[in-house]
Amino acid sequence: MTSATVRKRSVKRAARGAPGGDGGRGAGVRLVDHGAWFLVLPALIPILVLSVGPLLYGIALAFTDSQSGRTEPTQWIGTLNFQDLLHDTLFWDSFRIGLLWAVGVTVPQFLLALGLALLLSENLRFRWLARSLAIIPWAMPEVVVGIMWRLVYNPDAGILNETIRDLGLGDGRDWLSGLATALPAVIVVGVWAGMPQTTVALLAGLQNTPRELHEAAAMDGAGAWRRFRTVTWPALKPVALAITALNFIWNFNSFALVYVLTNGGPGGRTRLPMLFAYEEAFRYGQFGYAAAMGCVMVAVISVILALHLVGRLRGGEDA
Amino acid sequence: MRTRKSARAGQYLALLAYLVFLAFPFLWLISTAFKPPRELGSLHPTWIPKDPTLANFRQAFDEQPLLDAALNSLTAAVGAAVIAVLIATPMAYVMARHRTRLARAATGWVVVSQAFPFVLVIIPLFLVLKNLRLINSVPGLIMVYVVWALPFALWMLVGYVRAVPTELEEAAAVDGAGRLRTLVSITAPLLAPGIVATALFAFISAWNEFFFALVLLKTPEKQTLPVVLTHFIGAEGVADLGPLAAAAFLATLPSLVVFAVIQKRITGGMLAGAVKS
Repeated sequence: MTSATVRKRSVKRAARGAPGGDGGRGAGVRLVDHGAWFLVLPALIPILVLSVGPLLYGIALAFTDSQSGRTEPTQWIGTLNFQDLLHDTLFWDSFRIGLLWAVGVTVPQFLLALGLALLLSENLRFRWLARSLAIIPWAMPEVVVGIMWRLVYNPDAGILNETIRDLGLGDGRDWLSGLATALPAVIVVGVWAGMPQTTVALLAGLQNTPRELHEAAAMDGAGAWRRFRTVTWPALKPVALAITALNFIWNFNSFALVYVLTNGGPGGRTRLPMLFAYEEAFRYGQFGYAAAMGCVMVAVISVILALHLVGRLRGGEDA
Repeated sequence: MRTRKSARAGQYLALLAYLVFLAFPFLWLISTAFKPPRELGSLHPTWIPKDPTLANFRQAFDEQPLLDAALNSLTAAVGAAVIAVLIATPMAYVMARHRTRLARAATGWVVVSQAFPFVLVIIPLFLVLKNLRLINSVPGLIMVYVVWALPFALWMLVGYVRAVPTELEEAAAVDGAGRLRTLVSITAPLLAPGIVATALFAFISAWNEFFFALVLLKTPEKQTLPVVLTHFIGAEGVADLGPLAAAAFLATLPSLVVFAVIQKRITGGMLAGAVKS
């Protein structure tokens, strides 16, 4: 190290007023120096008060009989809420629907977005236009997405049934209130709404794939599928895993779309867990019970995701 | 060579199919918004209104307090965006420049917060805000939106901070500038485009948000646009399609405009965050 850099370092430390500026090395017991605390606090306080705090409070509520608008004090009731939940078949029906919905949306969303991302990374004409159009759904309020698709699915004035009639495929149907069609119909909307984010993430991932390797493989006569499997996919895999995991969580916790499209109907066929918990908490005022549902949702999702990620990562090492 | 050409044609065809799938619902919304009631009742709706009208827009404003709602949405979105970047930028700076336990914990929170089911957070938030008398108030909603926008804002900003070379800051330090001074006069100007993009993104998320607004805002004159839009749909799920479409179309325009402005940067921000952390 030259004397100039040494001097620079020491000046820098002096300027920062405390040790620990260099990546925390030698920081000792202190987490960060005073300057850093001053920078962090404005964000840290809201995070603690409005995010971490409520989360812990919410977990605690799950073990109480908290209700809205009750005058008696709230009491600890141990795991009673969870025992009740265990026997609440309506909740488990809703949970099953939630899983069907989350998988049914996440998988096609990923496959379609992958196809689109691969197309958009090709050197096609009008690519710029396609890129802009492809992410429009991302900018729309979920409520508007729901309204829009209600108009598409509308039995009389909707374009879907009109197209079916035009093609001579029958009279069409009332998609959102049919017992058999409601869930598939809302799943299509879910796929549509989440595609842009997934596509953008995958496009970002595609930019990491080594171009030279791609070209070398092409020179060696590797076909498109082979090039994808051996060159593109290994580079894309971390992004793909991350975005499918996130999509799965977001979809499982989704609310606004289905609230607007069907509000859980017909006959509870599209009542996602979030809708169920929302009604429990804010229609019936069962705060404690709804919080218990929230806890169960987090727990089950965490386990599924852990299994998924561990499985995938291990699968990657074997291959 | 022929196979390559047909492959190209196939690619264009596939791209076209994607664009049709992604665009047609929006085109249908616009079409419906300009149709007179007679056409909406007809069993053979057309893509282009035969007799386009603005009546639906007028009726939408008559039926629901759309202007109040738009004002509430605007207040909430601007408030949330400004406060979020004001507090997130310094924190993102620390997260990007220092590998401390605090920075790691914050990164952990950014990731974990994506997995919260909102229902677990909203009940306590509802109780807390009720005690603070901030239920049914736009400032209360802003507080929630700020924290809600923070994870992505931090994620994007950390990426942008890392892109600013440390040498510049060190040079400023050598010249005797203090921490705050360095941040304000060296780093912030370089970060400005990233900060604007982040603020606009926070604006869009707040403008579009529905769940928290639904739970926290009770009276119609306090509600934001997405909540007011749902009032067009009656209890039996029957809606007056024309005004509903017109209002939905108007509510989307601000997000679309802002999104068009920052579209490139969002992609870049996601990329920066993803690659460098």
